[in-house]
Amino acid sequence: MRNFLVLMSGSIFGLGLTISSMTNPKKVIGFLDIFSNWDPSLAFVMGGAIIITSPILYLLTKNKKIILSDKIYLPTNTKIEKNLIIGSLIFGVGWGLAGLCPGPAISSLALVEASTIIFTIFMFIGFYISKFLKF
Amino acid sequence: MGKPKFAYYTCMRIDLANFTPIPSLIGGIIIGFAVALYFYATGRLAGVSGIANNTLIKKENRFTNLIFLIGLITGPIIYKIFISEEIPFFINDNLITIILGGLLVGIGTQIGMGCTSGHGVVGISRFSKRSLIATLCFIFSGVIIVYLMNSLGFGI
Repeated sequence: MRNFLVLMSGSIFGLGLTISSMTNPKKVIGFLDIFSNWDPSLAFVMGGAIIITSPILYLLTKNKKIILSDKIYLPTNTKIEKNLIIGSLIFGVGWGLAGLCPGPAISSLALVEASTIIFTIFMFIGFYISKFLKF
Repeated sequence: MGKPKFAYYTCMRIDLANFTPIPSLIGGIIIGFAVALYFYATGRLAGVSGIANNTLIKKENRFTNLIFLIGLITGPIIYKIFISEEIPFFINDNLITIILGGLLVGIGTQIGMGCTSGHGVVGISRFSKRSLIATLCFIFSGVIIVYLMNSLGFGI
């Protein structure tokens, strides 16, 4: 049951990414291209997701008992560290270069495009490399 | 599209031809429900970079994480069956930007502990200051790199 819901949530997530065209790198780059021809669509995707996620997560954390897991896992770190900033800046460079971030990269594997397959392989290599980097 | 060499980048305007507020908002709302469902089922926050990385390196919950990633891949397939055959896709087909992009996204999301979903959607939804700062950082460096790529003639 739990794994079925996880599969559904992945599916719904991927469907949302496709409907909002976030699986199209040009759309993402259009959002980052604020100095010439700006396409604000991505802000609407994030905004739409936040207005739903925010109240539901709040209600679920208040009523932990209805959650299907015995434990809830929430980040406790509130410090602004150097690695948060450096890592996010590095991520942004990769995001802007290719127009893909992890969710859309994995979803768009379904389009069987060589470029996203290569991107995703190197993203996983990047995950692995990050274990050896310290900031 | 012909790009005048100068003046082009100094002129800020909204790309009305490609702007899709309604489908974007609907897609976003759907993503919001997916994140909520994931939390309901697992008690965990849906950050795709974290889930993907854990699938790679952690034995714990590997099956559940993998199933989420498989779900992500079925998204466009469901779209093709029920909504439209056509899924627009256009990428800068330069192998160097794709490889470098993948590596930097992989490294950056692990060091920064989150991506567009983990920080941009989930973190901001929880009013996390860390996530807000992370999101501003990756949008900032993304904007700069797209500007540089366009200026150097590598843009799309």
